Amino acid sequence: MKKLVLISLLGVTLAAGAAALKTDPAKSTVSAVFKQMNVPVEAKFKKFTAAIDYDAAKPDTSKATVEVETASLDVGEPDMNKEVAKKEWFNAAQFPKATFVSTAIKSAGAGKLTVTGKLTIKGKASDITFPLTVKTDGGKQVFEGALPIKRLAYNIGEGEWKDTSMVADDVTIKFHVVSQ
Amino acid sequence: MQRYTKPAMLLHWLTAVLIIAAFFLGLTMVDIHGITPTKLKYYSWHKWMGVTVLLLAAIRVLWRRANRPPPPLPGPAWQHLAADAVHYALYFLIFAVPVSGYFYTYAAGVPVVYLGLWQMPAVIEPNPELKPLLKEVHYWLTMGMAAIVSAHILAALKHHFIDRDDVLKRMLPKF
Repeated sequence: MKKLVLISLLGVTLAAGAAALKTDPAKSTVSAVFKQMNVPVEAKFKKFTAAIDYDAAKPDTSKATVEVETASLDVGEPDMNKEVAKKEWFNAAQFPKATFVSTAIKSAGAGKLTVTGKLTIKGKASDITFPLTVKTDGGKQVFEGALPIKRLAYNIGEGEWKDTSMVADDVTIKFHVVSQ
Repeated sequence: MQRYTKPAMLLHWLTAVLIIAAFFLGLTMVDIHGITPTKLKYYSWHKWMGVTVLLLAAIRVLWRRANRPPPPLPGPAWQHLAADAVHYALYFLIFAVPVSGYFYTYAAGVPVVYLGLWQMPAVIEPNPELKPLLKEVHYWLTMGMAAIVSAHILAALKHHFIDRDDVLKRMLPKF
């Protein structure tokens, strides 16, 4: 997987003729927002890498790759964080990473992009499209977006956790990526 | 014998049932290892009970201001003093225990959605430094309440079964 990403990144770099932006891990966040018995919970992924190749002059040539370590989801309690890595949830032993690799990025007005790509979680891949905003803040580029997914489409929460009255099927993956 | 008013009795016994249930539910839920749907349900129910206790406590204080309780029955001064002290402590705790739990859950970044329907207002931002402190505060206030409630119950039973006076009967409807 890593090799594949590296190769694709290399391909992207060569194709676009510009180096991918270095992202600032301290300022960037990727989180999952979901509802547990109607209680909104936002949990952050502690470990992820985001590579974004973006040229404001040629936004349509942009590429993005995000890799998230599924076992790094912090739901607030160490005891509960261990559960998240288990088979019923992310099965991090078998599927340590969730990835998003863009296939097309189109300009959708000033500071707005429409991103299409392949999202792979727990070995299940699907094509998704979501809006992304780009702005410049203090000389840094800030990318923000949210993509709604259905957790059960990726088998996240098996067995008794399939019950959507406990944990809703709708999950929003939110990210805020800041360049260095 | 002058009894408490019917609404005062209702508020008293509802609060009693809720705080005892919330106490044992709290002890049970923190002992469940990992996460299970049962554990999540218990946490939600515990918080709903706490919010309900808080609402009842507010109504109760207002009711008590407008409808004074019956005057104390004759007895030694130290018992009146002790009863007053316990009652003040109980009134303080029926607010303080749920409020500390409320702050604790918001410090943990988990809002309370009352009965799964209404999201309660945030009082503080998620705060990882304050969270363990509030956990301790909630725990020790609860344990203090358990001790005070025990004293309250034992005293009521002593008056009823040993002294055979009207202290407990005043809080019971006429059958």
